[in-house]
Amino acid sequence: MAIDKATVLRIAQLARIEVKDEALDELAGELNGILAWVEQLGEVDTEGVAPMTSVVEVKLPRRDDHVSDGGRRDDILANAPEAEDGFFVVPKVIE
Amino acid sequence: MSGVVEGRTGPWEMVIGLEIHAQVTSKAKLFSGAATAFGAEPNTQVSLVDAAMPGMLPVINGYCVEQAVRTGLALGAEIKLFSVFDRKNYFYPDLPAGYQISQFSQPVVGHGTVVIDLKDGSTREIGITRLHMEMDAGKSVHDLRADATHVDLNRSGVALMEIVSEPDIRSPEEAGAYVRKLRSILRYVGTCDGNMEEGSLRCDVNISMRRPGEAYGTRAEIKNVNSVRYMMKAIEYEAERQVEILEDGGSVALETRLFDARTSTTRAMRSKEEAHDYRYFPDPDLLPLELDAAWVESLRAGLPELPDAKKARFIEQFGLSPYDAGVLVAEQDSAAFFEAVAAGHDGKLAANWVTGDLFGALKKAGLGIGQSPVSVDRLGGLIERIQDNTISGRIAKEVFEIMFESGRDADTVIAEKGLKQVTDVGAIEAVVDQVIADNPDKTAEFRGGKDKLMGWFVGQVMKASKVKANPQMANQVLAKKLKG
Amino acid sequence: MSALTDLTLAEARAGLDKREYSAVELTRAHIAAVEAARPLNAVVAETFDRALAGAAASDQRLGAGEAGLLEGVPLGIKDLFCTEGVRSQACSHILDGFKPTYESTVTRKLWAAGALMIGKTNMDEFAMGSSNMTSHEGPAINPWRRSGDNRQLVPGGSSGGSAAAVAARLCLGATGTDTGGSIRQPAAFCGLVGLKPTYGRCSRWGIIAFASSLDQAGPLTRTVRDAALMLRAMAGHDAKDSTSVDTPVPDYAAALGQGVKGMRIGIPAEYRVDGMPDEIEALWRKGADWLKAAGAEPVEITLPHTKYALPTYYIVAPAEASSNLARYDGVRYGLRLKGEDLRDMYAKTRAAGFGQEVRRRVLIGTYVLSAGYYDAYYLQAQKVRSVIARDFKQAFESVDLVLTPTAPSAAFAIGEKMDDPIAMYLNDVFTVPASLAGLPAISVPAGLSADGLPLGLHLIGKPFDEETVLRAAETLEEAAAFRAKPAWLEDGGAP
Ligand SMILES: [Mg+2]
Ligand SMILES: [Zn+2]
Repeated sequence: MAIDKATVLRIAQLARIEVKDEALDELAGELNGILAWVEQLGEVDTEGVAPMTSVVEVKLPRRDDHVSDGGRRDDILANAPEAEDGFFVVPKVIE
Repeated sequence: MSGVVEGRTGPWEMVIGLEIHAQVTSKAKLFSGAATAFGAEPNTQVSLVDAAMPGMLPVINGYCVEQAVRTGLALGAEIKLFSVFDRKNYFYPDLPAGYQISQFSQPVVGHGTVVIDLKDGSTREIGITRLHMEMDAGKSVHDLRADATHVDLNRSGVALMEIVSEPDIRSPEEAGAYVRKLRSILRYVGTCDGNMEEGSLRCDVNISMRRPGEAYGTRAEIKNVNSVRYMMKAIEYEAERQVEILEDGGSVALETRLFDARTSTTRAMRSKEEAHDYRYFPDPDLLPLELDAAWVESLRAGLPELPDAKKARFIEQFGLSPYDAGVLVAEQDSAAFFEAVAAGHDGKLAANWVTGDLFGALKKAGLGIGQSPVSVDRLGGLIERIQDNTISGRIAKEVFEIMFESGRDADTVIAEKGLKQVTDVGAIEAVVDQVIADNPDKTAEFRGGKDKLMGWFVGQVMKASKVKANPQMANQVLAKKLKG
Repeated sequence: MSALTDLTLAEARAGLDKREYSAVELTRAHIAAVEAARPLNAVVAETFDRALAGAAASDQRLGAGEAGLLEGVPLGIKDLFCTEGVRSQACSHILDGFKPTYESTVTRKLWAAGALMIGKTNMDEFAMGSSNMTSHEGPAINPWRRSGDNRQLVPGGSSGGSAAAVAARLCLGATGTDTGGSIRQPAAFCGLVGLKPTYGRCSRWGIIAFASSLDQAGPLTRTVRDAALMLRAMAGHDAKDSTSVDTPVPDYAAALGQGVKGMRIGIPAEYRVDGMPDEIEALWRKGADWLKAAGAEPVEITLPHTKYALPTYYIVAPAEASSNLARYDGVRYGLRLKGEDLRDMYAKTRAAGFGQEVRRRVLIGTYVLSAGYYDAYYLQAQKVRSVIARDFKQAFESVDLVLTPTAPSAAFAIGEKMDDPIAMYLNDVFTVPASLAGLPAISVPAGLSADGLPLGLHLIGKPFDEETVLRAAETLEEAAAFRAKPAWLEDGGAP
């Protein structure tokens, strides 16, 4: 299944990566090359095979319900491009 | 509003499904050790995990798993011994990782049922599609600055149970009953406090309209409905809006809408206008959740008696009406209060007192049952005085009011106010004689065949005795003397 | 280069214990080497003051007889590890200026063992690459050169800066991370030992994620013994990583010296790929002979789905990466570009902040997870992954280890293989299968190519059987007697 420019644009928007119009063709070509190559997986008979969920054979560990973190607002905001009154600040969002 | 809207071209039926997000009553978050308490200063209850710092990893809170399973059991639902945490990918500033950890294709709880109680005493079954665990997002604040949105991650990572109903609901009333019943069950098992003002319980409404009996139409999803009353209003508005579109030959858009409580209307959400493609896939930072069947059974055995079972028992054991029983079992504390009062007293009388005067007085005073100034013992004491004819039911209401205000017991109030019922035949005969002597005209009319005046005579006797005469005795004495 | 920088990690530790030199002297020697090697661009942040302060403390502990396993040992730390107060940017523009307020579990354990951080090492951006060419800091340079050819070579990737630093004697060892070969391939390209432990052996907490189900930290060192020592300090259960495995950490170095007598070594037919250079094939045969001479039994085995490993990897890893990298949005840390609105801010920040290869993989990953394609790509890849893991499981019923070449070529020149992403991806053809199956694997320097560049042999072991992997690696190391040194050292520095 070949990817066209419109698909590249849709994917780029979904991934929130700006792609200039003039770059779409080349990108579509690259992505098609990679996809054509990975599509050989379709040859493998996976009838009845469970998808890998984890390579380690252990049970999901569970924590106790204790408050052991938080109260470190300065750490949380330390690297923020913009912060104010204890909040992160982003361009206005209209719901 | 009923579930059917009469349009110009005929009737339209509402088809409603609800998605409830119930916050698990845990101390710490689902995937981090930060606190969950309501109302903290912004970003003070945030761990590095909740802020999605580079290299941070989730570790699940076992208590939250337990509560999700207990809730599933309380909904009579199938518990899945193997479930998977998926990532739901989308960009939003209050979703720090760019994905929400949720359960998509393999939730921990499958099909279940909620029985809703309707006003006429009837019940209906609403199907539960699933219950899954997921993390909450943070909070975006849009009104601190005109040009910016502020983000607080205190809620980020708080454990939620998303409970999805089948599209079985057919009216605003049923929707309200469903939420109230679900809330009641959650509170019984203690897995969610059900506080809608603080956002512990939130509803998303899926609603579409169809011709009765026909296939489902296109639905709209309404978010941001934070009370049962608002939810019912949102449904009413949305039903009318959709019928108008459909009757004009248009089609309803599959979209997310916001409820505006100020205007009781809904509007399309701008930030959600693009068609979403969440790219769900199993979270590679977490292994599948595997439950032990024996552990699940031990949780089942540890569940409290649930509202439906309690209601059935109250009807059976105390002879209550389904309606009264339903009102009493809605809250576990009320049910327990009632049961304690009913022990050793007449059950129906106890139910009347609890659902009537007590609930009324508590509501007026803004108190919960746990704060009642009239204790179980004292209400029982009052009922005893009615049952042993010390006071009449009418006087009892007056006694109750004083007990509620003063915190004193029934006997003290009765003694202090001299409200003990008069059961001395001689004393009552004296009052009756006086009433007959004072009202020769009425006496003559009665004796002339106007039986209806009996009630008037009883009233006069009660009045003259300052309502203390035993009503049955007053009746008997009057009947004897008037006819004699 | 001085005598102190040419020591192995084990030798340096012994010398420190005997007080032949102080930790401060050892550190100063390495600081001088780092300063002299700036043209290699192996180190992207120098942390000399911190290393010296740590060295002084190490000297006190050494004097007091309280020395840790890696006491006083200067190490390079891949920029993918979050180190408290020190830039940790995955060599990406999007993490510009990011200084974590926390320390990764692996580095915390290294410091607890007495090790010292001399600097953060260069790497492919977000560990996506096999050449170190995708680094926002520019490429690291391989200290090796082809005989009679002065062109600069890549050190491999993604742990290219770590490999270049250890090979150039800038530190006694370095941390790497391996998702599809990112420790083993640069080790092979730089004439080093590179060990990828079993998935779950080292905690991933505090390591900037690329592909969570594959990422695993491990050491790059000049000897097998050094790898054993470093792994012991790095490994161990961590309650903060749900995929970390709670099994005891053995004394890996104690397993050494026992040889391979009686071991069965699997030689998988499917690794004889088209176009593999004869010298690689010959080295592989030589490796089998060495092990045989030491008493092991080479056995032909089959790993039938080997050819599907690389395409599987190039679905699974980008898919996970597309999600893992969503957090780089300009809101909480790193780069933020102005935009017309929030959405535009995201799109501009991520377009400017991610390099070409990262953008490419994020887009591929987004596509293979998107509605309508999930089953055909991602789900099928995870099923094939199960099949590949099953192949190994079956093979390990009859063998103790699997022997393969590490990479299909020696180090290539900067600028080669850059046009075609798939040609670059083929670098990992021998290392990716073990990654998909979560198995421990090591690359050992085993010989030189015709033009004088190091070549590695690759051993894959059973889950959590790093001891057997290390034992056999030591046998190869002894047999190969690899003594060649990079040109950087031979001609005293001028690249
Ligand atoms: Mg939902
Ligand atoms: Zn939800």
